Order: sequence, then structure tokens, then C-alpha cells
Amino acid sequence: MATAVSFTASSIGKKYVMAVSGIALFGFTMAHMAGNLQVFLGRERFNGYAATLHAMPAVLWAFRGVMILAVVAHIVTSVQLALRNRAARPQGYAKKQSLATTYAARTMVVSGPILFFYIVYHLLHFTFNTLHPNYEVTDLYSNVVASFRQVPISVSYIVANACFGFHVFHGAYSLFQSLGVNHPRYNGALRSLAMAIAVLVTTGFIAVPVGVLAGLTK
Amino acid sequence: MRVFLQVWRQKNGQSKGRFERYEASDISPDMSLLEMLDVVNEGLVQKNEAPIAFDHDCREGICGMCGLVINGVPHGSEGGATTCQLHMRKFRDGDEIWIEPFRAKAFPVLRDCVVDRTALDRIIQAGGFISVRTGAAPDANQILVPKEDADLAMDAAACIGCGACVAACPNASAMLFTAAKLSHLGLLPQGQPERYSRALAMVKQMDAEGFGACTNHEECEAVCPKEVSIDFIARMNRDFAKAAATFRPPKARGGGD
Repeated sequence: MATAVSFTASSIGKKYVMAVSGIALFGFTMAHMAGNLQVFLGRERFNGYAATLHAMPAVLWAFRGVMILAVVAHIVTSVQLALRNRAARPQGYAKKQSLATTYAARTMVVSGPILFFYIVYHLLHFTFNTLHPNYEVTDLYSNVVASFRQVPISVSYIVANACFGFHVFHGAYSLFQSLGVNHPRYNGALRSLAMAIAVLVTTGFIAVPVGVLAGLTK
Repeated sequence: MRVFLQVWRQKNGQSKGRFERYEASDISPDMSLLEMLDVVNEGLVQKNEAPIAFDHDCREGICGMCGLVINGVPHGSEGGATTCQLHMRKFRDGDEIWIEPFRAKAFPVLRDCVVDRTALDRIIQAGGFISVRTGAAPDANQILVPKEDADLAMDAAACIGCGACVAACPNASAMLFTAAKLSHLGLLPQGQPERYSRALAMVKQMDAEGFGACTNHEECEAVCPKEVSIDFIARMNRDFAKAAATFRPPKARGGGD
């Protein structure tokens, strides 16, 4: 066990934790997006999908357990890394020019906490329904449509997902580097892949409030 | 030509530093930035003032001793070159040039723009020895090395240990340096016996020195005077993970003592 502990205590071990928990969380968001998009297939189909998930409590809670573990690992490790990185340069530069970094990379420590607070709100809103005025447990479709017809809710959702897009772009690009999965032949492709993934998930999620506001749902 | 300098002056590690403004006149565009500083220092000495302290040695771009942050870029904006290879013709007459030391907790300022980079030496020391055959000189090419591996090892070995990667990294991470040092041995047959123990020991020392962790900004690669690739960081991560996962304390059943 001595080496296992020193692995997660090391800076590289922590990068592995970030990458692996990030992959788990990203996998969840892909499934979540696929579920969400069924809102365009109509009320029965969407509510039926929700009912199918709730009919398997063991599977649902096993899944949620893994997600909670991944969220805790991702957040705790990112805070440890951020503190360590901050401590590594107590005095900054008077002038600092960046030559290579991207907007997404520089704002990871900002987009991360924004996503955290948005997800807390999002869970209270749609999962624990404490913020939803007319929540119908059996009619998720109406809950979603009624919520997104309110412009402020839709706008906050779209902004949060834009943050998510930037976060996923840098995360997806960097996780291969962290895990040591790279090769000159594929490095360029990995960057394009990360961009494609970020655009795909962001549009997939934003499509729901935009669709609702555009009147594509009933 | 004439330029104005904003130079970091700091008496020692304990004192608080500040920027001082200097005028450098009668500067030839063919001078290097360090030669321009020599001229400024001569003027300071004549006025009985302390000259600006900065590190330098070979002034040929190969020793890794010089290192200033010039207008916010370690080694300046020449690209693929050290501070001593930056020439005044890169600036315009009347320019203001900001000169700062490399900034990192692991690189404490000793005086002005001179920082203590022995943390990098300690990372190399932690790597320990490589097992080599002693005795008569072996035949050339007795150990076969694929050309691609030799090339890649040489690219990593090009690292001169100047620390610009640390200075440029938003997290003051030394991962490019450590990765280069690990890779140039890890890619060659002679480096294999201690390949994984070396990865563990050097990364442990890197962490102990208080360097940050890589967040893949790629700033290190952009300022590296030897253009060492961040691909080596991925290679280090791979080797370290494998070493940490497969490590077991040395134990011999046979042989006796």
C-alpha cells in the first residue's frame, strides 16, 4: 500500500486521478445528453425513459455512487493541485506574456467552480425538485418544458454549458497527456478530437433549452 | 541606439526587491542583451553603485547559465535561444525593456536577477547512477540502438537545465525539465536497468522541491531554448505510473548473504 499512497500523493498521480475521474464524469454527461435529447421525441418517450431509469434503483444508485466518487475525487484533487500550483510561485511577474496557452486552459480553475455551483443548483432544480414550483414526479417532460420556457433559467443553463464546453475541451485534450497516451502521429488529431467532443456536448445540451424556447416541444 | 530598462533589483534573499529604471545609451544593435547589461554595469560601477547581478557563463547558448525574463518571456522573444543569444537589434530605439528574474518558490532570488536553481541539480542527483560495464572500452555498436530512439534521446538530452520551463509555466512546474532528464536515459539501452526506480526518485524529488504540476499550457515548450517537446512529459507520466504500479521492495531469495 505504501506505493499506492505515494502515487496519489505525487503530482503525476494526482494528474492521473484528474484524468480518470474526468473520463468517468464525461462518460456520464454523454449518456445524460443522449437522455435529454429524447425530449424532442415527445412526452411519452421522454417520461418513459425517465421511468425506465427509476425502475432500476439498484443500477441507478450504483451509477450514482460511481458519479459521487468521481466528483469527490475530481474536486478534492483539483483543489490540492491548484493550491500546490499557486504555492509554487509566491511572487508573480510584473510583465508576463503567454505564448502558447489557450483561454480554456487558463480558465479551468474558474470554469470548474462555476460548473460545481451550477450542478448543485441543477440537482436541486430537477432531481430534488426543491426549486421547482410545480414539480410533477411522473411528468418530467412538463417539468423540463415549463422550466426552460422561463428565459432566465434557459440563459443560465446555456451559459453553464458554454463553460462546460471550454472545460471539456482542455480536459479532453490534456487527459491523454496526463495519462501518457500520446504519439506524434496522433497528437494533432487528439486536439481536433477534443474540440469536436466539446462542440458536440455543448450543442447537445444547449439544444434542449433552445428547442423549448423555439417552440419545438409541446 | 538607446533603450530604457526596468530591472529587478534585490539586495539578497531576505530583502524586498523593486524595479529600477536605467537608461542604456550608445548601444550597438549587434550587442547581445547581456553585453548591453555589461555596458550599463560599467556605468554603475563608475558611479560607485552596485552593478546589476545576473547569471551568465558561456554566452554561446549552450551552458544553460543565463536566464532572464525579458518583457514577460523567459529568454526573451527570440525563440529557441537563450538570453545570451538575444540581440539588441530585436528591439527598437527608445524601447522600454522589463528584465526580471525567473520566478518560482523553488528558485529563490539570491541577488537582483540571480536565482538559486540547485533544485534542478537535486532532481538530477535523485536520479542516481546508471549501471555501466567497466573495464576495456567496448566495441563500437556492440549495443544496438535504433536510430529513432537515439534521435529522440538526443532531443531530450539537448536540455541544458536553464529552468526557463519553470519560469514560463503558470504553475512553476519543472515537469519538462524532469521529463527531459528521465527520457534521455530511459530511451537508451544503457538507461534501462534503473529506468523505473529513476522515474520514482526524480519525480519524488521534483515534488519535494515545491514545483507545481503540469496543466498542459505548453508555455514551457514555447520558451525552451532547446525546443524540448512536451511529449516527453507524457513519457515521464507513463514511466512514473508504471513504476508506481509495479514497485516492490528489493528482495532476493537466492544467493544468500
